[in-house]
Amino acid sequence: MRAPADHRRKAVLTAELLEVTGFTLLMAALATLVMLPAGMALAWLLARYEFRGRSVLETLVSLPIVVPPVATGIILLKLLGRRGPIGQLLEPLGVEVVFTWRAVVVAMAVMGLPLFVRAARAAFEQVDRRYEAIAGTLGARPWRVFLTVSLPLARRGLLAGLVLGFSRAVGEFGATIMLAGSLPGTRTLSVAIYRHAELGNDTAAMILIAGSVAIAFAAVYAANRFARTP
Amino acid sequence: MNPIVIELTVQLGDGEDAFRLRLPRIAMARTLALFGPSGAGKTTALDLVAGLRRPDSGTVRIGNRVLFDHEQKVDLPPHARRVGYVAQDLALFPHLNVRRNVLYGAQSRRGAPNASERLAQVAELLEIGGLLDRPVGELSGGERQRAALARALMTEPDLLMLDEPLAALDHSLRGRIMPYLEAIRDVIGTPMIYVSHSADEVRRVAEWALVLDRGRVAAAGPPSEVL
Repeated sequence: MRAPADHRRKAVLTAELLEVTGFTLLMAALATLVMLPAGMALAWLLARYEFRGRSVLETLVSLPIVVPPVATGIILLKLLGRRGPIGQLLEPLGVEVVFTWRAVVVAMAVMGLPLFVRAARAAFEQVDRRYEAIAGTLGARPWRVFLTVSLPLARRGLLAGLVLGFSRAVGEFGATIMLAGSLPGTRTLSVAIYRHAELGNDTAAMILIAGSVAIAFAAVYAANRFARTP
Repeated sequence: MNPIVIELTVQLGDGEDAFRLRLPRIAMARTLALFGPSGAGKTTALDLVAGLRRPDSGTVRIGNRVLFDHEQKVDLPPHARRVGYVAQDLALFPHLNVRRNVLYGAQSRRGAPNASERLAQVAELLEIGGLLDRPVGELSGGERQRAALARALMTEPDLLMLDEPLAALDHSLRGRIMPYLEAIRDVIGTPMIYVSHSADEVRRVAEWALVLDRGRVAAAGPPSEVL
C-alpha cells in the first residue's frame, strides 16, 4: 500500500512546485514592471543631474540592500497597513495591500529596485554624452534624444539590471513574509521552502530549493550575457 | 546666398579664471575659419553657438536670430538653434547604420517634407550612396567623415560648424576629403565655420579667417593676408 501513497505525495509535491513557482515568477515579473519606470527615472536622475539632496536620495535608494529585509517588511507594513499613511489613502479606493498578492509585488519591487537602479545608473553613466549633445544639434528634443540615443546605448546594462532586480524579487523572503505572510494566495518559493523546512518536510523543501536554484541560475546567466558586450 | 552675421560676446565663469570670448559682429561671406593654437577658444566658440555650453553672461547671435542673451534671458536649446555641428570626434551613433545616422536630423524636423530628395543630393555630393546600409563601425576614417558631414547637412542648418574636420585623417586622406568640403561650400552653399590649426586648410576652404588667441581676435581678414 506504500506505492500509491508515495505516488499521491509526489503528485501533490509536483503540483505545489509548479503552482508556487508559477506564482513566484508571475509576482516577480509584475514587481519588475513596477521597478522599470521608477528605477529608470531614479537612475536617470542620479546619473545626469546635480541637485540638492542627491546624496540622500542615492542613500535612500540603496537602503533596502543594507537594512535587514525583515525590517524593510515591517516598515512597509506600517506604511501600507490600514492605519498606515499610505494604507489610509488606499482604503477608500478599496485597495487592500497587506497580506494579499499586491503585498508580494510591493515587497519584491522594493527589494529589487536598488539593484536595478545601480545597474541602470551605471549604464546611463557609460553613455558618451557627446552622442546626446550631437543628437540635440540635429534637432532632436530631449525626449527623442533619450528614446533614440541614451536608451539604446544603455540597453545592455539596463537589461542586465532588470534581470538582477527580477532575480532579487524571485529570491525575496524577509520583507515578503512580513508584508504578505505565508497564506495560500501569497506563498512564494522562498516562503514555501521556509515553511516546509520548519515543518520538517525535507523532501518537499529540497524539491522547491531545486526549482529556485534553477531559476536563479537561468537569471544570473542571462544577466551576465546581457552585460557582456557583443 | 546672403552673407550671415554672427556675433559672440560671452563669458564662461567669473573672476580671474573667467574665459572671455569675443567675436565681433562680422558678416560671413560663406566660410569663416577660426584659426589658432590649442586653448585659443575655437571649440569653445562652436560649443557656445551650438548650445552645448552655457555662457555665464553675454550674447550669441546668428543673423537676426538671438540664440543666447543673458540679460534678456534668452537661451535657445540646441534642438532649436538650426546649427549643424560636426564635432572633432564625429560622434556617429554607433547603434545606427549610416542611413539612419544621416537621416536622424531629417527625422527630427516635423514631416521632413523633402528628406528623400535632400538625401539623394547629399549622398551624391559626398559619395556615400554605397555606404548607407553599412554599420558605422565598418567605415574607414574618410567615410566616417563624409557620413558625419552628410548627417549635419540633412537638417538644412542655417550654419554648419566643422571642428578640425581633417585633424584625425592622414595626409593623403585630407587631400581626398577637401574637395567634398569645397563642394559643400560651392554647391549647397551653407555658411560654414571651419575650425582648424592648419593654415593650408584654412587658405583653401575659407574666405575669411579670424586668428584667435585666448578668446580674443588677434587678426581678421582674408586667409592669404592674415595667415
